[in-house]
Amino acid sequence: MGNPNVGKSVIFSRLTGVNVIASNYPGTTVEYTRGYMRLGNEKVEVIDVPGTYSLSPTSKAEKVAVEMLKQGDLVIDVVDATNLERNLNLTLQLLKDGKPVVVALNLWDEIRHIGILIDAEKLQEILGIPIVPTCAITGEGIKKLVSEIPFAKANERLEDVSIKSVTGIPLALVSLYVVFNIIRFIGEGLIGIIFEPIFENLWAPLIMRLSDFLGNQGFIHDILIGKLVEGKISFVESLGLLTTGLFVPLAMVLPYVFAFYLILSFLEDSGYLPRLAVLVDNVMHRFGLHGLAIIPMMLGLGCNVPGAMATRVLETRRERFISATLMAIAVPCMAQIAMIFGLIGKYGAQGLAAVFGTLLVVWIVLGVLLNRLSKGESPEIFVEIPPYRLPYVGALLKKLWMRTRWFLREAIPYVLFGVFIINVLYSLGIIQFIGRLSAPVITGILGLPQDAVGALIIGFLRKDVAVGMLLPLGLNLSQLVVASVVLTMYFPCVATFAVLIKELGTKDMLKSTLIMISSALIIGGLLNLIL
Amino acid sequence: MDLTQLEEGESGVVVDIQGGYGLVRRLESLGIRVGKKVTKVSSQFMRGPITVRIDNSQVALGFGMARKIIIRVAK
Repeated sequence: MGNPNVGKSVIFSRLTGVNVIASNYPGTTVEYTRGYMRLGNEKVEVIDVPGTYSLSPTSKAEKVAVEMLKQGDLVIDVVDATNLERNLNLTLQLLKDGKPVVVALNLWDEIRHIGILIDAEKLQEILGIPIVPTCAITGEGIKKLVSEIPFAKANERLEDVSIKSVTGIPLALVSLYVVFNIIRFIGEGLIGIIFEPIFENLWAPLIMRLSDFLGNQGFIHDILIGKLVEGKISFVESLGLLTTGLFVPLAMVLPYVFAFYLILSFLEDSGYLPRLAVLVDNVMHRFGLHGLAIIPMMLGLGCNVPGAMATRVLETRRERFISATLMAIAVPCMAQIAMIFGLIGKYGAQGLAAVFGTLLVVWIVLGVLLNRLSKGESPEIFVEIPPYRLPYVGALLKKLWMRTRWFLREAIPYVLFGVFIINVLYSLGIIQFIGRLSAPVITGILGLPQDAVGALIIGFLRKDVAVGMLLPLGLNLSQLVVASVVLTMYFPCVATFAVLIKELGTKDMLKSTLIMISSALIIGGLLNLIL
Repeated sequence: MDLTQLEEGESGVVVDIQGGYGLVRRLESLGIRVGKKVTKVSSQFMRGPITVRIDNSQVALGFGMARKIIIRVAK
């Protein structure tokens, strides 16, 4: 579509190969013409319509154009670049009509002669639709125009199906599965190809030399390098600052965090998350929340700290309490997930399924309970659904970089501090002492060895290190499952705890903490009985 | 009829919003007001949220809210 005499028919001919009469006066075309063009493997129909200045027709020919608009799935709006302002009037009306629009900024060659400058990219940014400068007579820009058509079309189709229950829910499940596998693929790839070889081949020999220099034992040796396993460094089990303290955050957790944030940033920028919120709205209402509460949960999968902050998007205090408590209990952060993968993954999928399946059940049951037990009702969702956009690579990488840097800055000091504290507490005999004290709970209820209390203590600082500490204990698979679940649930790490106090207030946080500890003990005890 | 009774893909004009000042203002902030043409994009199972298109944007709103928006179907 377009104003009269902008070259619609010429573009039509270029697209379809159908010859229509085009001349240089307004109103050459008074009827519509159908033609066909190839779009990849698809044959699509193109309709050439008479020109019109607006969607409120004043003539018969214009009426034909407006009538035909209803039939189209996509509008190619041909705009006269030399008369931009007047032409854009129709463009804006077309946009309001809601059909996807691609603009062909025609007569592009003319503007150079008459000294007009048009910033097509800026215009594209303002209107939010593809704009392609063309010169229909010579064929310049036509290829680019064709390439924009399937894109705008596919966009629109996805936009519709991804928000309808019948198609949207399967689509969401498939996306979830794909996303999960991409994260694992990238994470495992980075570890196997880059990080492990660097640590094993470059760092290990250096540390071994240092170990020999320190005489392979002693207090300083234990703090820096830790215990040698069969005369060698074990990056996971040695528990020294320079071994486990660096290996866990860099070579086990960072690759997954990186992969997760890459995908999350993509999802955020694409416009999919609000659609997901609409799809899960029903489920979230059972928890006394509404669909948007899925966003703190998703962020919490990366790190509980931004997850806890994101509860601010929810309207009521009740919602914030329920969502923050649910997230802190049943949503493990990526650092912890990565370590659980490393620890349990080698026993096959069923161990992982037991851990994450349990957490999912806890999430659901606790959500329903909290909804029943806390007073008040859940407000309704009310949110704008943005159009799908292909994320802008520059912005995406910048966000990814900011988040990765934030992780490194927050994680590494805490991990090092955690590893340091473990060594000090062990050598002073404090962990053994607490272990004996808490034996009735740890061994009696949870079925774990006394030493596991060390992991629970360090879990206050960093959950990833805590999961790593389970490895030297020689637990069997069901004990590993119990310990992983309890470590996720019993208490948030100190960074999350601090944010939660700020967001919820001391009183609600106390309530939340009681729920965490008691549900961790109940679930851990049950798992111990079942497994 | 109200917004929940509109078929997917069907359009109508908002003729009344049966709610207090707060609701009216909230809806208005996202472009839903009397006289506006809305097109229903989707609805969800079991009284889930309704998604509508107004002008060039899409808005999802809860079933209860949608029930308070009275529509006249455009012929």
